[in-house]
Amino acid sequence: MTLSQTGVMARRNLLHVLSDPQQMIGMSVQPLMFLLLFVYVFGGAISGSTRQYLQFVLPGLIVQGIGFGTTQTALGLNADFQRGLIDRFRSLPMARSAVVAGRVTADIARTAWSSLIIVGAAAVLGFRFHGGLPGALGAAGLVLALGVAMCWVMAFLGVWLRSPESVQAAGFMVIMPLTFASSALVPAASMPGWLQAFVKVNPITIFADAMRGLMLGGPVAIPVLQAVAWIVGLSALFGALTVSWYRRRA
Amino acid sequence: MDRPAIRTEGLTKSFCAKRVLSGLDLEIAAGTIFGLLGPNGAGKTTVVRILATLVRPDSGRAYVLGRDVVSQPQRVREVIGLTGQYAAVDNQISARENLYMIGRLLGLRPRAARARSSQLLDAFGLADAAASKVKDYSGGMRRRLDLAASLVGEPGVLFLDEPTTGLDLASRNQLWDMIRDLAADGTAVLLTTQYLEEADRLAGQVMVIDHGVTVAQGSPAELKSLAGGQVLEVRPLRPGDLAAAASVLGKLAGTSRPIPEGGLLTVQVPDEAAVTAAARSLDSAGVPVSHLAVRLPSLDEAFLSITGHHADVCETGAPLEGSAR
Ligand SMILES: Nc1ncnc2c1ncn2[C@@H]1O[C@H](COP(=O)(O)OP(=O)(O)OP(=O)(O)O)[C@@H](O)[C@H]1O
Ligand SMILES: [Mg+2]
Repeated sequence: MTLSQTGVMARRNLLHVLSDPQQMIGMSVQPLMFLLLFVYVFGGAISGSTRQYLQFVLPGLIVQGIGFGTTQTALGLNADFQRGLIDRFRSLPMARSAVVAGRVTADIARTAWSSLIIVGAAAVLGFRFHGGLPGALGAAGLVLALGVAMCWVMAFLGVWLRSPESVQAAGFMVIMPLTFASSALVPAASMPGWLQAFVKVNPITIFADAMRGLMLGGPVAIPVLQAVAWIVGLSALFGALTVSWYRRRA
Repeated sequence: MDRPAIRTEGLTKSFCAKRVLSGLDLEIAAGTIFGLLGPNGAGKTTVVRILATLVRPDSGRAYVLGRDVVSQPQRVREVIGLTGQYAAVDNQISARENLYMIGRLLGLRPRAARARSSQLLDAFGLADAAASKVKDYSGGMRRRLDLAASLVGEPGVLFLDEPTTGLDLASRNQLWDMIRDLAADGTAVLLTTQYLEEADRLAGQVMVIDHGVTVAQGSPAELKSLAGGQVLEVRPLRPGDLAAAASVLGKLAGTSRPIPEGGLLTVQVPDEAAVTAAARSLDSAGVPVSHLAVRLPSLDEAFLSITGHHADVCETGAPLEGSAR
């Protein structure tokens, strides 16, 4: 029952996306834009050649894309609360969790789509995958799991903050520094010491390293384990926070 | 009679130390329309939200078809339909998708949910626009869809919180007919409104609340007689005499403060005998009149005398049609 209700809510959210050109462009064109800009603007300066930088940056860009993509989760949930539609859902004999779970499900599908686009484009630009089949499956699994974790973080922002403007601003202010002050886009070695200390504990670094391990064939076990620990922790913490705030507010 | 569709005992609710409901008792029979009247902030929406399981009361009990709203909220949700004060439909999808979604959330299979939405779209005159996004709808269409959405599960009890606010006269009449039909089919309807005419036209029983307490209850006719007998209307021959006439009438025994409106004074009087007394006093004060009559008060006037202030007129600025004018 709860599962089918979650499906109904996910369907509704996907209908929103499909009928909104702005969101369609956001989830399809924006990742491409980031890929092209980073590779051709910074590539030579950072890695000496765009081809080398493409290898380095793609796993990081996937992680960053998940971060930016899931800000939609926050905005969407927030909008549901604004519109009084939540009263209708709450007056129906349905599972409380289905509204949030449906949103998260739809946004994971959206995240997967954006990741596929960026990987496809990178392959055309000459990205070489060195992870083998286990690496590919692992990377796909990590993308989905990371999507779940980030969705919960963003879902919390969406129900916690009142206005869509503050949700937008908060989402940006969380994702922007976290993705840039990490090893996702640039190797940490050239950064000042204090920043390196932060980069080292930043979960985005860990996710990017895990993705690199899986896609490029580097060290896998430790970064992946650390990433999984972060994903489980973030999902549990923000899942619980979201549901309890949702109950309180709704 | 079997058990009431809605029953509450001593409901109280405060928001941030502000008392919104203080001990509300109500009882609504199946198949009847009950009008809950009150000015802005009286607590009407709060009553509806408690009964629809959206808000917990601080104390007191509330049952919907015998189900406790606090301890069995999910079972209450199985039998209610809610049309809140603000349309609660998804603007970014079509009317058909809205109704289908609710049918599915209520546990209907896809085929049944599709059939039910088509049926409701036809019944509410939305079939032609069924595929358009709701954000392109007019206010009246959105309100009708909102009502349709609360009927997908064929509820036994329907809550309508100011359902016709902001609608034009034609849409309002149309909605009134639909509400009457629902009650005739056995649905109990709790209707909140600021339009006194609406309560008068639709409801068999009316309750007036103010600051969370019941100030009057009964049939619309009883409420009118509760308002203190009758209304005396006086129009001075010379408009300049209005103030003089008001002071004369104000001194008559048992009257309320005269209210001037466009050259006409209305004042509540205990009975017909006041006409003779008024005529005599006005004559001896040298105030000739062109019109002197008594009538039953309108619900609007009853409201004023019960709560001590006027019912707030709708935001649209449409004039209220007093029922007894
Ligand atoms: N969630 C809330 N938090 C704080 N105060 C609230 C809340 N809900 C209602 N109130 C207050 O409770 C009082 C009663 O509100 P309610 O919405 O029940 O009135 P109403 O009779 O429906 O008024 P209206 O005709 O304006 O719709 C108001 O003073 C309102 O400010
Ligand atoms: Mg209200």
